[in-house]
Amino acid sequence: MKERKDTRVVVGMSGGVDSSVAALLLKQQGYDVVGIFMKNWDDTDENGVCTATEDYEDVIRVCNQLDIPYYAVNFEKQYWDKVFSYFLEEYKAGRTPNPDVMCNKEIKFKAFLDHAMSLGADYLATGHYAQVRENNGSYEMLRGVDHNKDQTYFLNQLSQDVLAKVMFPLGHLEKKEVRKIAEENDLATAKKKDSTGICFIGERNFKDFLSEYLPAQPGNMETLDGEVKGKHDGLMYYTLGQRQGLGIGGAGDPWFVVGKNVEDNILYVGQGFHHDALYSDGLIASEANWTSGNAPIEAFKATAKFRYRQEDSGVTVFPMEDGRFKVTFDEPERAITPGQAVVLYDGEVCLGGATIDTVLKEETAITYVG
Amino acid sequence: MESIYLDHAATTPMHPDVIEEMVPVYKETFGNPSSVHQFGRSARRLLDQARRTTASSIGANEKEIVFTSGGTEADNLAIIGTAIANQQKGKHIITTSIEHHATLHAVESLEAQGFDVTYLPVDESGAVKTEDVQQALRDDTILVSIMMVNNETGVIQPIEEIADLMNSHQAYFHSDIVQAYGLLNINVKELPIDLLAVSGHKINGPKGVGFLYVREGTQLATLQHGGEQERKRRAGTENVPAVKGFEKAVEIITEKRTSYREAYRRYRNRFIETLKEESVNYSINGAEDKTMESIVNISFPGMNVETLLTNFDLSGVAASSGSACTAGSVEPSHVLSAMYGAEDDRTTNSIRFSFGLANNDDNVEQAAKKVSQIVHRLSD
Repeated sequence: MKERKDTRVVVGMSGGVDSSVAALLLKQQGYDVVGIFMKNWDDTDENGVCTATEDYEDVIRVCNQLDIPYYAVNFEKQYWDKVFSYFLEEYKAGRTPNPDVMCNKEIKFKAFLDHAMSLGADYLATGHYAQVRENNGSYEMLRGVDHNKDQTYFLNQLSQDVLAKVMFPLGHLEKKEVRKIAEENDLATAKKKDSTGICFIGERNFKDFLSEYLPAQPGNMETLDGEVKGKHDGLMYYTLGQRQGLGIGGAGDPWFVVGKNVEDNILYVGQGFHHDALYSDGLIASEANWTSGNAPIEAFKATAKFRYRQEDSGVTVFPMEDGRFKVTFDEPERAITPGQAVVLYDGEVCLGGATIDTVLKEETAITYVG
Repeated sequence: MESIYLDHAATTPMHPDVIEEMVPVYKETFGNPSSVHQFGRSARRLLDQARRTTASSIGANEKEIVFTSGGTEADNLAIIGTAIANQQKGKHIITTSIEHHATLHAVESLEAQGFDVTYLPVDESGAVKTEDVQQALRDDTILVSIMMVNNETGVIQPIEEIADLMNSHQAYFHSDIVQAYGLLNINVKELPIDLLAVSGHKINGPKGVGFLYVREGTQLATLQHGGEQERKRRAGTENVPAVKGFEKAVEIITEKRTSYREAYRRYRNRFIETLKEESVNYSINGAEDKTMESIVNISFPGMNVETLLTNFDLSGVAASSGSACTAGSVEPSHVLSAMYGAEDDRTTNSIRFSFGLANNDDNVEQAAKKVSQIVHRLSD
């Protein structure tokens, strides 16, 4: 067993408070800490200035406070090929992708992990709210102690090989404790606002951003019975269960997106938050990852999240022979969205996850959700 | 772990004698050289002396030396200053695609103001061709700006030939000689050139000082407005202690030029030889017979600049490559792109090692061994 001072930990630093505190804690614990900033998106203007500049400046300031070396690494090409292309393809197919899950799988815990290892690192650490527990050489991923910030939903694709090499120094902390540690240590990022939204879009308008890459095809908004209610700006701008931006007035309950017909370019709408068409009782998911490394063979009970920061729901999981699995819900679920991740838990342990492909109602695929 | 500095083209350590020369100036000669009292006069005396020394280092008249804050300011003053002052004669400027950003960004700013800029190419040797300059010259060309030694590859440009060619043309000829000054013998009595930009901290002098040589009669607009310092060509109270240190650095490098060059050649050879002995897969960028002994730019096939530089630094070897964007990530080198094409792997797998006073035969060899180990480890 190496001593901590001889154990090199590369910390992925974003310039935010979480990764800053992650680096601080590791440094305090005596590790050989190296801070690395990832640049995944190129929006450099003609003056060589990009939106990542301020974030990298913050990384520099924090690393200098901690007296650790800092570097940057560029994964723009990998990000474009593995994350952004997928993101666009999914929108084209009428689905709602989750680029954060893909970024963790392909970039942070693959390309970046490889980079860290090429620098002689023993571990890669990030500021994610999650925990790793070792039992005799096998690893479990647990939810972060702060359930409100828990990020295992986004980390569901991590494998045993990866879990063996990662550290999540914030996993046992509440977000407010992290802020407090940052403030007590006067870290340059202590008061910095948390970033929101998808990293490459940043503060920009989502619709404007997407329209730069995908041609918008306006079409009809219709009820499932075929009654035309208005025009939509392009199916990709809408997601299931959405209320905002439909512009349908009139009497009665507000209108919601209940489905998409990509073939005929129709956006289905229905009246009422609890519109029946938004509810389903099962799903089929592919691209399954099991954090234990062992795919289950028999059906089992678990809890599941279908989107980030949602309460867990009780489910039964039925592994399928082709590697996919079916999930049935204890109670009907609203707005299950193809393209998003379904992530499974056994208590605090994140068992893994997969991409939602098909939404089921009474064992039959709902065809109108895209 | 001993840290080994192989980045002298970025900046150099100050010579101890330079520091010694500066300290008493900070302590005692604090006057403003423009003041009309004895404190001012003492400072002015130092300034005059330094101006004579630096002028004579290139065979210039002391009136032709404008002290600046460094090489970047000297380039900007030369380029923008002559362009503004001579725009009635034409708006065409010629430079190369391998210039330092101080030059490239200065001409780009002029381009945005309506000047027409020709960027000359280079071939794989890394040098611009005199014929290309000749072909690019037009009746409305007012300025040609070409560096003497490229800061990334160390390749020496045919400045004498170009200067001779330019002699019969109205255009001014400016050269950024930041990487050449001191090591190469430059004499403006023999070299028909109008403007030369020099930096103090590249020759073991202090940061924050440099000079622009401006041949007498050159029309130059001032960029910085204020007092009437530097014959109204550069406003602002002179940085007297830095100028004094710069003078000392000029004296030392002028005196030791030959022995420095011999030592740097030995370091460079030792470094390359060691890579060879360690069976590293590498190739040298640019024509070796045209390269300054203080710089070597090496391509490591199959490697990646960021991984190499980070590994080098973590094992104590300081080198560099190309330039970084504002978010720290290494951008493909514009110089190597100009030499080999933007898609060539050499633009993303090459490292510049540059030698100087922080080196000795031993640490250069040690550094090469560490570099070899890292390259071998990353190849596995």
